[in-house]
Amino acid sequence: MTDSVITDNTGEESEADEAKRALDEKVYGLCICLMSDAIVFALLLAIFMVMSHNPTDGPGGQPLSVRLPQTVAQTVLLLASSATFAVAGVAIAARQRGRTLAWLSATFLLGLGFIAIEISQLYGMAAANAGPSRSGLLSAFFTVVGAHGTHVSIGLLWIVLLVGEVALRGLNPFAVSRLSRLGLFWHFLVIVWISIVSIVDLPEILEHAGSAANG
Amino acid sequence: MFGKLTIDALPFYSGIAMGGALTVVFGALGGVAIITWLGQWRCLWTEWLTSLDHKKIGIMYVALALVMLLRGFVDAMMMRTQQAVALDSNGYLPTDHFDQILTSHATIMVFFVAMPFLIGLFNVVVPQQIGARDVAFPFMNAVSLWLTASGAALVMTSLVIGRFSAAGWSAYPPYSEAQFSPGVGVDYWIWAILLSGIGSILTGINFVVTILKRRAPGMRLLTVPMFSWAALCTSILMLFAFPALILAAALLGLDRHVGMHFFTEGGGGNMRNYVSLFWMWGHPEIYILLLPAFGIYSEVVATFSGKGLFAYESLVYAIAGVAVLSAMVWLHHFFTMGAGHDVNAFFGRVAPLVAVPTGVMIFDWLFTMYRGRVQFSVPVLFTLGFIVTFVMGGLTGVLLTLAPAYVMHDTTFLVAHFHNMMIPGALFGYLAGYQYWFPKVFGFRLEEKWGRRAFWAWIVGFYLAFVPLYILGFMGMPQHLERYYVAGWQPYLIVAEFGAVSILCGITCLAIQLAVSIRDRAALAVSSGDPWNGRTLEWATASPPAPYNFAVVPRVHGIDAWWAMKQAGTAGYRPARFQEIIIPAASSAGVVLGAMSFVFAFAMIWQIWWLAAIGGLGICAAVLLQTFHDHAEHRIAASEVEAMETRRATAAALAPGVAM
Repeated sequence: MTDSVITDNTGEESEADEAKRALDEKVYGLCICLMSDAIVFALLLAIFMVMSHNPTDGPGGQPLSVRLPQTVAQTVLLLASSATFAVAGVAIAARQRGRTLAWLSATFLLGLGFIAIEISQLYGMAAANAGPSRSGLLSAFFTVVGAHGTHVSIGLLWIVLLVGEVALRGLNPFAVSRLSRLGLFWHFLVIVWISIVSIVDLPEILEHAGSAANG
Repeated sequence: MFGKLTIDALPFYSGIAMGGALTVVFGALGGVAIITWLGQWRCLWTEWLTSLDHKKIGIMYVALALVMLLRGFVDAMMMRTQQAVALDSNGYLPTDHFDQILTSHATIMVFFVAMPFLIGLFNVVVPQQIGARDVAFPFMNAVSLWLTASGAALVMTSLVIGRFSAAGWSAYPPYSEAQFSPGVGVDYWIWAILLSGIGSILTGINFVVTILKRRAPGMRLLTVPMFSWAALCTSILMLFAFPALILAAALLGLDRHVGMHFFTEGGGGNMRNYVSLFWMWGHPEIYILLLPAFGIYSEVVATFSGKGLFAYESLVYAIAGVAVLSAMVWLHHFFTMGAGHDVNAFFGRVAPLVAVPTGVMIFDWLFTMYRGRVQFSVPVLFTLGFIVTFVMGGLTGVLLTLAPAYVMHDTTFLVAHFHNMMIPGALFGYLAGYQYWFPKVFGFRLEEKWGRRAFWAWIVGFYLAFVPLYILGFMGMPQHLERYYVAGWQPYLIVAEFGAVSILCGITCLAIQLAVSIRDRAALAVSSGDPWNGRTLEWATASPPAPYNFAVVPRVHGIDAWWAMKQAGTAGYRPARFQEIIIPAASSAGVVLGAMSFVFAFAMIWQIWWLAAIGGLGICAAVLLQTFHDHAEHRIAASEVEAMETRRATAAALAPGVAM
């Protein structure tokens, strides 16, 4: 190792490079954070699957399939919000403040609709004596759906904060970088929702379809 | 107004509990009094509590670990004493109190001694070792520290206000459910786990990004020093494992307070889910604690043998292999739950495989020492003590992973085995690291004589305390007994008590060593900055390091970069002109967030809702203030950098017996 030397220019990056690297690191850190979060959802869904074989005295599969129309509506809203966020991304890339704010607001409203349906549905179930304390299956259902809903609510708060920042300070590099991370978070929540629908609702729907076909 | 909190929460019911409470209260008041008397509040706040410097955060982590080690050890001593005397009698501890001590001992040792100790060492060493000026997310680093400190504060508070959990450190339901543990004890446990667990995940994110993104130019992954490799594998395990623990604790809380049925006996609950979740974290956690120690042993062995590590790449693959294996064998912690033959058979076959990469590491260390000029300094003593003793722990571990060996599960054999992993395995490594990097941090070495005494007291104490427990396990003594009726067990338990006394001597020697070293710091000073003739980049910085670590970021061409620079004569390199360096500015948001999370958790435990609201809003305010503060940086002018580097060079030149 005789060629080890230090030179003046090594490692000394310009301030612009350094700022860019710092942003890269933040995106990377958030990705890792989301992976950790994905493990939480994976474990919750695994618990749900175990519980669904063991509904005991609580209402089992039946009341959960009642939620089908709402689930479809929620899925449409959330997928649409993912699309509006993507359009907002185009506006951000073009540094168009007005359109950015408009599309972010659309995303917010769609997300708000998603949450409103979810709250009314969970409230309705609890009122119909199918609340989280009724059975292990319902505990798991309320927790996995509720955890996702909490994440979406945090995302909504985040959108409000960034809409405020963009409106007040404009699309400066810091705001753009924050928006890109918010986008990662938002699309991640859509992926989680698809997993929830696939594991919580789909098997029942298929079962019903099967029994309807046979009956 | 105060929720469940009444005057009955104070420990007037027991003299021993009152003694513990008063010790905590007077200890805290004493600390406040000393700081006031020294007039150091301002310095403490500006230089330490609000600091985002990774070295200072590391020092605070290690200080937290050492303070909590005392508390955890007192618990251990109380249990050993109870077991030594409680033949055919009640001893001096009521059952509930013994169970609380059992729970707090393990909770403290894992979450508030081992974790902060290893994370503290990461903080001090890793950025310097990979040639970085800072961690990737300095503020998040402070948040991790203060969340962990809040968790520790909760456990200490439970000694004064209310009681701690008596459900064991694993808090298995159904006993930990509200039906059987209606008090606040399990809630203290849950919140301490949640706070420190979130802190650990944030640390994991921080160090994965730091090590993958901030290495010095030219440092490929297969030239990263072993301790930093261990830190990388550990951080990945933290990200993988801690979500499971946080989820287990949170769902248990939902069961207790929202009436859910995740783990309850009735209502369709399934306690096996809890056990699985807990060990999905618990088994990787063992390697989260061990891998950093393996990294430290690697550094110590190479440095004090004056040789490069034998088969460095095999060590890297071994440590990564252990990390991967550790994530897929959790079920061997509950073979006795009865998962069925096929499941037990799979886990029983996979679990012992971990012995293979571990064996590779042991041989690599031995071959590194072979034909080296080994200096038997204190870190080396701890390393040798580890190698010899750990083999025993590894073999007993293989015995436990063999599914049919039911006879040893849930006996003191298990207690002895995991202490064999945790004391000579993990803690000896941390102590070796503490001795090895102390001069790096403070600029003077720790005194050798008291260090040797500490080592001998620790290792003799370990054998005396835990070999009897291995034997008792074969004799069938269950773990966690607070009293017993088998006369044949008592002699072994008395020997184990002597072992605990010897470990107490070890701790005392460490305290004396620290005091003596501070007194003689002028004689022990290491003005060259490189007291051990080190090999890796952390010795390239000043000791203690400048706030920016490296005035000029080094270019790396292979492993042992600092050794190579010394060989090439480029170690003392000084550029013609220095450049301005940006470091993060101090921020009070981290410590405020920690304090507010303590308030929040305390309020949730006692169901004081208005206080919980204050705590929650405080947490949000601290996070938002910091994240929307875009220019939170401090610039060190080039002239200032130059002045600091000149002072360092002068001090090194004037030092007698310079190594380089």
